[in-house]
Amino acid sequence: MTIEIPYIAAVLKAIAFPVMALNMIPVLVWIERRGSAFIQNRIGPNRANIGSFTFLGLLHPFADAMKFMFKEPFRPENAHPVFYFLAPALVVIPSLMALAVIPIADHVWVQGHEISMSVTELEYGIAYVFAVASIGVLGIAIAGWASNNKYSLLGGIRSTAQMISYELSLGLSVLGVLLIFGTLDLNELARGQGALLWGVLPKWGVFLQPVGFLLFVVACFAEANRLPFDLPEGDSELVAGYHTEYGGFKFSMFFMGEYVSMVTLASLIATLFFGGWQVPWMTTTALDAHLGELGRTLSQIAAFAVKIGFFLWLFIWVRWTLPRFRYDQLMRLGWKVVLPLALVNILVTALVLLLANGF
Amino acid sequence: MDFKERIYLWEIVKGLWITLRHLVYNLFHQRSMPTLHYPEEQRPMPARYRGRHRLTQRDDGSLKCTACMLCATACPAKCIYIEAQEGLPEGTEKRPQVYNIDMLKCVYCSLCVEACPCDAIRMDTGLMPPPADSREKFIYRIEELTKYPAIKHPNPPFLHRCGKL
Ligand code: SF4
Ligand code: SF4
Repeated sequence: MTIEIPYIAAVLKAIAFPVMALNMIPVLVWIERRGSAFIQNRIGPNRANIGSFTFLGLLHPFADAMKFMFKEPFRPENAHPVFYFLAPALVVIPSLMALAVIPIADHVWVQGHEISMSVTELEYGIAYVFAVASIGVLGIAIAGWASNNKYSLLGGIRSTAQMISYELSLGLSVLGVLLIFGTLDLNELARGQGALLWGVLPKWGVFLQPVGFLLFVVACFAEANRLPFDLPEGDSELVAGYHTEYGGFKFSMFFMGEYVSMVTLASLIATLFFGGWQVPWMTTTALDAHLGELGRTLSQIAAFAVKIGFFLWLFIWVRWTLPRFRYDQLMRLGWKVVLPLALVNILVTALVLLLANGF
Repeated sequence: MDFKERIYLWEIVKGLWITLRHLVYNLFHQRSMPTLHYPEEQRPMPARYRGRHRLTQRDDGSLKCTACMLCATACPAKCIYIEAQEGLPEGTEKRPQVYNIDMLKCVYCSLCVEACPCDAIRMDTGLMPPPADSREKFIYRIEELTKYPAIKHPNPPFLHRCGKL
């Protein structure tokens, strides 16, 4: 019996991609802690060690993970016996699932089989991402409700309201890009951005859709519950919002969910607006000719890593720069600024496309 | 707010620039950050810092304390416990057999130091009580109270009390 190469590749990818995403968490936590420390003129955590090696504080996330694992699985009195435990899983699983359609390089050929460099390739990839990502808010809302705590409930309610307002803008702000490239497939989108604009600029979404890009980034911050939109958590007024009552591994699952969705959103920004795996000014065929297929794939992965690395850093950087919005400001920004701008953006894009392509 | 401030974006870019400047500066000037690496680096204690208690001793090593209970009476936290015993023939009439301070109750007010007529208790070790893993370990007995010497200051602060040292 021979196992077909596409099946082996599918299994390998299904294992490798989530593992890669989860392994980014400790690094991100480390960058967040030390980075925020340096931003605030502090040293940051640097004590955890093996023998006398501290690895610049890189061991702290691992020590934290150990601590989370060995803590008592605690359920507060009157918390819902099922949903209280279900909620963390409902946050972390969708955020991992959303990663499935993000391509990290162009297709590769293995013994005559064309293999995509994402866990799966869907024709409606971007719609799938939005659909799955919005399940995450269910987890947060359920966590808020099932904890039987007023702070948690408020956090859950806030997060539902925030998600509804900003998911709308999230979806609408990418429509411009989708109209221009005429596809919902993320790999096709990235491929479409390989061309050059007026012979100099790469044809990236950000140059064609600067307004769409800004709106999308704003909506992404709201979607990831990161400052300045971390109202569901709101430590100063809601203690810790929806995860006030969670400790140990359940808390760390919320934490993982937040960071994985950061990775997903950063890769979405990179794919939609910065050419995804495109190495600027070099198309797949040109790279293939110069570097061979392996070199081409590696350099595309590297280009993608640089792009999402920057946006992950932007998430962290903004968090330690901006204060939290007030709730009414959040709603005003969402409904009165971002949403109308996104609609106008779609209208203008559609009109321009219509005029440019003739009727 | 003018228009430029109302659309946030320019102000956000300015804010990001400030934090980035801090980050890069601190990355390359880690030594000049105000943070002290605490157990390895410590600030010098001020001369009148009220630290861990010390029972002072005479030249022959016996305690100066006469078990008069004035400190225990003055203590607002009621955390000093003294049991007296017969003094030595050549010394004072009484001396402490048990002298316990419960450091978990102590509020570091130094009223015990002020109450003592014999300069027998001081808070001049310049030490903070170390953490411990049980409540019993925070009850300091005579051994712990005579363990650490006073910090050396150019002008010992409590000299004028009780006439002689
Ligand atoms: S410092 Fe104050 S509280 Fe502490 S033992 Fe002396 S009198 Fe009591
Ligand atoms: S320390 Fe001073 S005040 Fe307290 S019992 Fe001894 S002599 Fe009296």
